Amino acid sequence: MKKILIVDDEPNIIMTLEYTFKKQNFQVFIARDGEEAIALLQNEIPDLVILDIMMPKVDGFDTLNYIKSQDALSQCKVLFLSAKNRESDIQKGLDAGADAYFTKPFSIKKLVDQVNQLLDEH
Amino acid sequence: MNSIAVIAILLGYLLLIFAVAHWAEKRKNAKFSKNAVVYTLSIAVYCSAWTYYGSVGIAATNGLNYLPIYLGPVIAAPLWIMILRKIIKISKVNNISSIADFISLRYGNSRIVGAIVTSVIIIGILPYLALQLKAISETFHLVTNTPLERGIFNDSSTYIALALAFFAAYYGTRYVDASQNRSGIVAAVALESALKLVFFLVIGIFVTFFVFNGFGDISAKAATLENFDSLNTIGGIPQALNWLMLTVLSLLAIFMLPRQFQTMVVENTRERHLKTATWLFPLYLLIFNIFVFPIAWGGNWIFQNQNVNPDFYAILIPKALGHSWLEILVFLGGFSAAMSMIVISSISLSTMLSNNILIPYTALGRFSRKEQETNSKFIVNLRRLGIFVLIILAFLIYKLLISDYSLVSVGLIAFVIIAQLAPAFFGSLFWRRGSKRGMLSGLIVGFIICVYTVIIPYAAGDFSDPNNFINTGVFGQEWLRPFALFGLDYLDPIPHALFWSLLVNILIYFAVSVSFEGNYRERNYAEMYVDIDKFSASHENAFVWRGTAYRKDIEKVLTRFLGEERTDRAMDIFNRKYQIDSNQELADSRLIKFSENLLTGRIGTASAKILISSVVKEEKITLTEVLKILEESKENIELNKKLTETSRELKSLSEQLKSANEELILKDKQKDEFLDTVTHELRTPITAIRASSEILLEDDALPEELKKQFLSNIIAESDRLNRLIDKILDLEKLESGKQKLKLAEHNFSNTLNLVLENLHQLIQNKGIQVSMNQQKDSIWRYDADRITQVLTNMLSNAIKFCPEENGQIVIEVHENEYQLLVSVCDNGIGVDEHDTKRIFEKFYQSENQNLKKPIGSGLGLAICKNIVQLHGGKIWIQNNENQGATITFTLPKINEL
Repeated sequence: MKKILIVDDEPNIIMTLEYTFKKQNFQVFIARDGEEAIALLQNEIPDLVILDIMMPKVDGFDTLNYIKSQDALSQCKVLFLSAKNRESDIQKGLDAGADAYFTKPFSIKKLVDQVNQLLDEH
Repeated sequence: MNSIAVIAILLGYLLLIFAVAHWAEKRKNAKFSKNAVVYTLSIAVYCSAWTYYGSVGIAATNGLNYLPIYLGPVIAAPLWIMILRKIIKISKVNNISSIADFISLRYGNSRIVGAIVTSVIIIGILPYLALQLKAISETFHLVTNTPLERGIFNDSSTYIALALAFFAAYYGTRYVDASQNRSGIVAAVALESALKLVFFLVIGIFVTFFVFNGFGDISAKAATLENFDSLNTIGGIPQALNWLMLTVLSLLAIFMLPRQFQTMVVENTRERHLKTATWLFPLYLLIFNIFVFPIAWGGNWIFQNQNVNPDFYAILIPKALGHSWLEILVFLGGFSAAMSMIVISSISLSTMLSNNILIPYTALGRFSRKEQETNSKFIVNLRRLGIFVLIILAFLIYKLLISDYSLVSVGLIAFVIIAQLAPAFFGSLFWRRGSKRGMLSGLIVGFIICVYTVIIPYAAGDFSDPNNFINTGVFGQEWLRPFALFGLDYLDPIPHALFWSLLVNILIYFAVSVSFEGNYRERNYAEMYVDIDKFSASHENAFVWRGTAYRKDIEKVLTRFLGEERTDRAMDIFNRKYQIDSNQELADSRLIKFSENLLTGRIGTASAKILISSVVKEEKITLTEVLKILEESKENIELNKKLTETSRELKSLSEQLKSANEELILKDKQKDEFLDTVTHELRTPITAIRASSEILLEDDALPEELKKQFLSNIIAESDRLNRLIDKILDLEKLESGKQKLKLAEHNFSNTLNLVLENLHQLIQNKGIQVSMNQQKDSIWRYDADRITQVLTNMLSNAIKFCPEENGQIVIEVHENEYQLLVSVCDNGIGVDEHDTKRIFEKFYQSENQNLKKPIGSGLGLAICKNIVQLHGGKIWIQNNENQGATITFTLPKINEL
């Protein structure tokens, strides 16, 4: 079973994502901000992280940097999911090393496709 | 007191003065030596021994006549800002080191003018110097109870004079350039001015309050003496005219006495010091004169029917009463007054003597054969010798000629002679047509009249012999009586001499100047003097000269006086100032003037001109040409000034534009940020709604329970969206001023309680303890809905930030007659110090973590701030000492709202 980590500070958004990926047979982990995510990553190595950018305490970029810095997480894919939807924001996210960038509001179907595609790549 | 003790005290005193001079000279650039008060005190060198002793003498014998000598300078002081400022500017620009330089430069930089002016000054001042030595010597003998010595080498005052000459020679000639500041001398003179005032006040207070019972007592006693009334009233028009002439005399003297020119102009380091001197110097004179009258009439009372010299009442009174320490103090004060006068005058006279007579007439040839070091040494030694010769001459004059005269008469004669320079001097500042011929004729005739009306009669001595020419006139011509020319017999001798000499002097100066045009050089300097403000920045431009000159030749001359290094440096400065290529071979008029200036301080203006013109070939220019060139250069300077001004204006305009632009960019950026945040905030609920709806639409197998959950999420997020839009609109209305407050009177505690009731559930849920200070019923005028909004927001924030356990909120309400103060304090995480100001900006996110999402909409506090400000109040946040933060706002009592 593939593991997925959802990092977002909006409970209602988390709820939809959690339901969707559980239904897709993922083992789903939840974090409400970057700090929680990093704490969780100490014990779990997910295959993919869905990461919001604007969050209290530790933001998406810092979390991404953490993931990139850990050897144990080198296989972990990261997908940014953010309401920051300008061209420059997207470029900045990809430059930082994210594997994909999805803007909010998003289509669940397309998100699932993208996640599967990322996980199928190897 | 015996002579040895007095000499010992005097030596100690001199050592102190020398030490101060030495110290100030060493710390040339210290604030002390460039200080407005020191400057003013150095000007007080005006108060010589004559002021110190003579005023008392004249007040005792002639009543109020002592006053005009101080009225003149007091009247002149306000003019300083205008006239003296101009004189200082002209002198600094041209490196002028004496009044003789000042006058001779203006009248065509003429050697003969400098020499004649110097001669007149020396003739006038030498007896005046002698007078100071006389004062020192006589008071010395008075204090030591020794008889006056007629001899020279067995009189101790001879050695005092020599000591003064050494001091003046050492500190007065430290620089070859005489226009340089002599900080040491200035500091010493300033100190002496302070001391002589203090010592005079001490004796004044002693006489007035210890010998007598205050001013009233003295005048009551003095009033019983005969003469008192007649001496102390201004008796009719002749007396008033005498007064007027004496006032005019001292008014002129304060500008033209060599020691005044030295301290006020040559030693001036900052133009703004004049402002202080303008009020402080008259004040100094005023204070000095407070006790003249009491000492004089107190003396008259004490010594009635005794034959003593009233000039020395200040010493005689303590002596008669047996206070020898007071005697010494007074003696030291008088010594200070005399000493500073002697030192400054001898320095300035010797500079004039060397720069305006000795060098231009005897030494120019030798300079061109010798090297710089020899030349500089020669100049300095010449001045030193000058100081010695002058002081010794003065001493001889005292010993041989004037020992019988009162202090005042000799002083006034000096004033009258110096006053002969007034037409030429003041004419140079304001009148372009004044010419060398006019000024010389006026000066010479005026001087001759002085000689006839005061010098000869005073030298001849006895006025009382009826057969004397003073009373009969020369050749028996009565209209030629020296004290009553043309029958003008109601003026005293000094005012009389001043009246006739100055009148004729002015008339001749004017008539000759108008009748015979001066040469182009005179006119050139006339324009420069009168319009100094236009030329002061680049005065070399104002110098008109045409001919052929090679820089090499000029540099060679300069090297002989400045040495190679300083010449190179000076040339470098010149090249940079006028942006001239250093390889240029030919010199222009500016370089000629510049070089003359460099030499002026060392050898005087006339010699500088002669030396420079000996290596250049000048062509004659007509007067009309000079005027044309000057007009052009004036226009150029004007144009330049305007251009500079315009460019300055343009620069400031462009800076304003730049800052306006920056502000716009900042505003634009803020707007972008605002839009970014608003869209982000709006997208978040839409995202939740969109995702939930998609699941509801696509997933038929969704359990009923989850379906309900998603639907209620959609409703909640829709509400959130709506609230957000409301807040944005609300804030926009508040910020743009479209929202008007609905002001009415309310009881504040009711409003607060209502808010607390509404939030009751939230508070309970989190288990927070709320405490409040004692509430009073008080009526305030505000918009209740809006203030409710503010309170709700503050409290919601506090609730939100309180820790999950043991949350505490403290509400405090205070009031005075002006305002209501409400604060809400929590024990949460507090705010970053950095954020305390900006937290009230809309959507503000802490700067150093700008990607982090603000808690809440980020609009609440911005709205609060706007509401409070609309009420005329203030809102701020600060951290508590231990934990949490406090938000406070004020509500002023404003009835007009």
